[in-house]
Amino acid sequence: MGPLTFSPKAGNLCASYNYFSHTLTPRTFSTTTAHEEGNKQIEEISVIFVDNDGEKHVKVPVGKSILEAAHENDIELEGACEGSCACSTCHVIVRDLEYYNKLEDPTDEENDMLDLAFGLTETSRLGCQVIATPELDGICLELPAATRNFAVDKYAKAT
Amino acid sequence: MAVIQLRTWLSRTFSTAASRPLRVCVVGSGPAGFYTAEKMLKAHQEAEVDIIDRLPTPFGLVRSGVAPDHPETKIVVNQFTRVAQHERCSFFGNVTLGSSVTLPELRELYDVVVLAYGAESDRVLGIPGEDLSGIYSAREFVWWYNGHPDSRYLNPDLKSSDTAVILGQGNVALDVARILLRPTTELATTDIANHALSALEKSSIRKVYLVGRRGPAQAACTAKELREILGIKDLHVHIKEADLLKTQADEEEMKNNRIRKRVYELLSKAATSRPSHPSSDQRELHFVFFWKPDKFLESDERTGHVSGVRLEKTKLIGVNPGEQMAAGTGQFEDLGCGIVLKSIGYKSVPVNGLPFDDRKGVVPNVRGRVVSDTSGDHTRLEKGLYVCGWLKRGPTGIIATNLYCAEETVASISEDLKQGIVTFSSASSGREGLLQLLDNRNVRVVPFSRWEEMDSRERELGNFKNKPREKLATLEELEKASEE
Repeated sequence: MGPLTFSPKAGNLCASYNYFSHTLTPRTFSTTTAHEEGNKQIEEISVIFVDNDGEKHVKVPVGKSILEAAHENDIELEGACEGSCACSTCHVIVRDLEYYNKLEDPTDEENDMLDLAFGLTETSRLGCQVIATPELDGICLELPAATRNFAVDKYAKAT
Repeated sequence: MAVIQLRTWLSRTFSTAASRPLRVCVVGSGPAGFYTAEKMLKAHQEAEVDIIDRLPTPFGLVRSGVAPDHPETKIVVNQFTRVAQHERCSFFGNVTLGSSVTLPELRELYDVVVLAYGAESDRVLGIPGEDLSGIYSAREFVWWYNGHPDSRYLNPDLKSSDTAVILGQGNVALDVARILLRPTTELATTDIANHALSALEKSSIRKVYLVGRRGPAQAACTAKELREILGIKDLHVHIKEADLLKTQADEEEMKNNRIRKRVYELLSKAATSRPSHPSSDQRELHFVFFWKPDKFLESDERTGHVSGVRLEKTKLIGVNPGEQMAAGTGQFEDLGCGIVLKSIGYKSVPVNGLPFDDRKGVVPNVRGRVVSDTSGDHTRLEKGLYVCGWLKRGPTGIIATNLYCAEETVASISEDLKQGIVTFSSASSGREGLLQLLDNRNVRVVPFSRWEEMDSRERELGNFKNKPREKLATLEELEKASEE
């Protein structure tokens, strides 16, 4: 269920919290956890999203993009081009420089899109280009909506 | 404060008691219109949103503005389609504000009207010869290759010379240049309109000049579009290295502008790297910095047709810290060409009964609330009337800009509802009333389901040619497809 399904917000929150209470017990966000799913062992990392409603802790399988992870957990991260690196709507801000530095450098194409991102910071990335890897366990990502101040006109001029 | 609370309580009580929807009409189905609808549906569970558009097809500039070779940018229509299919949302195409239904009528029918019909006209240069044939606005040209019904028969002259001059260096200018220069074999697998592809296949244009009043440090394009055009196969890019000299003021301008900095770097790199093997069908792209159009020249052989542009050399003058303007130097030069495309900006068009700022080309508004009488200290609020997108902030920005723009407008609507400035009026009959009125006027409304018919027909036609879709570019063809 993506952010476009218009479910009441409260419902979304409940859904993700329920998911948590069932699948997770210890909140050890600094270590990678692995759990059995069928016969396959899937490695997951902890990711914290911060938006206007506060922090949301989710588990993200290694290899998955942050954009996909956000949508699967009902986090309202836009994704106008559905992860094809052709828009800037899945812009996220890595809270800690330490984690930002662990990421591979953005490609020219990602940088071209980041040029146009609303409220760009030094540690901004596109959610569709950040892929969960074990070393990112515990990463905290802010959604720019949390700091959005509606400076639309100013932004428009900059482009 | 107490008054506001009472009002809030009253409006809530009445809205609940009446249990009728909040009737919202959005005019225009481009990104601004659809993002507004989406945000309204999300923020107000009681809102019923009708989107009207003058064309039978939805999505505005995503369909008729975004270049055919940018399919990823168009993916956003999936999201807009889900909005249109939402149970509290309706799309009514073929409904023109001003003729099918007037603005005062809409405002009476709906509790909230949001105008998001964009900018369907062009800025003019106001220099001699602008009316000569062979001179087009980039908007028309873009509409033409994108299959907009209004420009179906533009038939731009691509055969009388090998040279095209584009005035402007923004992203639209780059789009247009790319379409003129890209191998047509590459365009053939995009959703470019068939009539445009055929014309481009026969085009004799080999040289394109992109003319800008200012320099590489001020170019209005973005890095993505620039990188793309510089990467066209076998394209010889000409940039005068002398133009790349940076002044202190240029440095100042670029210092806090990531886009400008990156664009400048790309241009510098392109100026120094030259392809070594010129091919037989060499195409050339010339960046002409620091020149502005002075007048258009008329052809001696073809009366009434353009044969070139007289350009005046400019120099930059600091106006504000970090801002420079181009001023003429009195040095002139003629640049011959068979076609001119003016890419100097779009312009919104007002409708009757709508406050409009002619100078800025936008509707005067406070965070999306339409206001009239902006003279002096008094601003009068046009109750229940809002704007979003280009009509609100002018024709700049990207698709995503409209997301934030819509959030702002919807936040204003929500605030006004809370404060009782906008109320659920029992007199407004919304969708029912609108459809009744349109029926009385014999307006043939195109609902979203009929667009879906057109859509599948276009995809089907495209399928035969290995294109994502073959656009139906006349109203007749579109109508026929929706009836099949």
